[in-house]
Amino acid sequence: MNATLTHYLCIGCPLGCRLEVEDDGNDIVQVRGHQCKRGENFAKEEHKDPRRMVTTTVAIRGGELPRLPVKTAAPIPKNRMQDLADELHKVVVTAPINLGDVILANPLDIGTDVVAARDIAAV
Amino acid sequence: MRKLTSPQLKSSYDVIIVGGGPAGLAAAIGAKEAGAESILIVDREQKAGGILWQCIHPGFGLHHFKEELTGPEYAQRFLKQVEEEGVAVISDAYVLDIDKERQVTLMSSVYGMHSIKAGAVVLAMGARERTRGAIHTPGTRPSGVLTAGLAQKLVNMLGYMPGRRIVILGSGDIGLIMARRMTLEGAEVLGVFEIMPYANGLNRNIVQCLHDFDIPLHLSHTVAQIHGQERINAVTVAPVDDKLNPIADKGWEIPCDTLLLAIGLIPENELSRQLNLRLDPVTNGPIVNSAMETSMDGVFACGNVVHIHDLVDFVTQEALSAGRNAGEYALGQRRPGDNIRLVPGNGVSYCVPHTISTHQTHTVYMRVRKPHERCSITFGEVYEKKLRYAFPAEMITVTLKPEFLETFHGDALVVDVHDRE
Ligand code: SF4
Repeated sequence: MNATLTHYLCIGCPLGCRLEVEDDGNDIVQVRGHQCKRGENFAKEEHKDPRRMVTTTVAIRGGELPRLPVKTAAPIPKNRMQDLADELHKVVVTAPINLGDVILANPLDIGTDVVAARDIAAV
Repeated sequence: MRKLTSPQLKSSYDVIIVGGGPAGLAAAIGAKEAGAESILIVDREQKAGGILWQCIHPGFGLHHFKEELTGPEYAQRFLKQVEEEGVAVISDAYVLDIDKERQVTLMSSVYGMHSIKAGAVVLAMGARERTRGAIHTPGTRPSGVLTAGLAQKLVNMLGYMPGRRIVILGSGDIGLIMARRMTLEGAEVLGVFEIMPYANGLNRNIVQCLHDFDIPLHLSHTVAQIHGQERINAVTVAPVDDKLNPIADKGWEIPCDTLLLAIGLIPENELSRQLNLRLDPVTNGPIVNSAMETSMDGVFACGNVVHIHDLVDFVTQEALSAGRNAGEYALGQRRPGDNIRLVPGNGVSYCVPHTISTHQTHTVYMRVRKPHERCSITFGEVYEKKLRYAFPAEMITVTLKPEFLETFHGDALVVDVHDRE
């Protein structure tokens, strides 16, 4: 495994410290550039297992609007975001839908469900 | 056609709220808390909730609900609470006028023209986006040039993609969020161009909306020209000099079919102007006292109509308090008047409220003009708040306690920002 030096922008506060993570190919050797513990933890997380909530919309039939906003119930690995968004492009649901309804259960095995983020009444 | 909410209208209300976005909804809850019984929200959209419905991304509610929500979830929670409190909400309706006796004239598709008496009024009309006219970009006037917020509504609510090859001008949060949104929807975002040497949006959005998708951010750059006849087909972008003018010979052309503008918001104050309210030339919003009351008796204001907030949670906080004050006013409770003006001094662009009193604790919202690290905010000689940093894009909140003012006998406090060693 190769040693790497990776840079991150800290999102912990508006100072936006430039963080540097040194990795020997196996594990993190050192985090540099942070001004507080929060930044150090952020760098470690971003380096080892970056996760994001995904929010997008799916098509909805028979509702007051043509699109239903949805979100992942928990953050998913960052590199799966686009796959999930593409998968959700294929989905069409039918109104009525309530906030919290499961739209897809554990799609693509990402480890969490995709749920509705609002009610949409049938018309 | 959607069913509009159409409650039976009464001839008078304790509090009438103009606008049903996050500020208006929170103001209604505040008014209720203060004991107001009859409250009416007049909203111009089909459904109250305002911009929140189209802001499908997370990041809302961390302060108010102590939980991270998407915009629609935040809106739905508030609407439900407002409905449970028995607040009347009418949609697709506009307030045309408010007279000195607070007789409110409104126009709606359901009720037609109507005149209703209000004990107090809260202005919560929010803001609108700056458009191309505000920045005078040279070039043709083709289609495909639209504000980031309009694109957000088209994509998130109507399921319509405005384009496939996108350039974004301005690094405000809506622009950053739309960069991610358009990418997830299969479009190619070619770059974000920010005229200032620093980004306007949150670092979180720089990372999660740009870095995550390898979208370049060009600071100190702008769109120097727009090309295309019917439809935009390219922009010329260029770095800017220290007077923010594009350096033409360093520019380059980017073929694109859409230009999104994320160049800021301006308070929606047509009604305020019509009512001849005193406005602050910096915020473009009404001048308000510490109760968030405007220069017109019994007419209060809160949220983005007063000054642009960074987070909806702050709008909620300000609006709850404005709503409470309006509720108290409607019930005939009067507080002591303000006796101190807050004057933005060195490096401070504005302070809200514009006046305070010595008899209670005040929350003062303010912004600095340029970035500072290790600085102090001073209120005359009476109070100093040390900050590790201050950025123009981040609203600063200062709590002023009455004890700070015990030894102060003037009628104006100058608010300055100083760098510290
Ligand atoms: S490291 Fe600490 S100080 Fe630096 S940006 Fe992150 S949170 Fe802020």
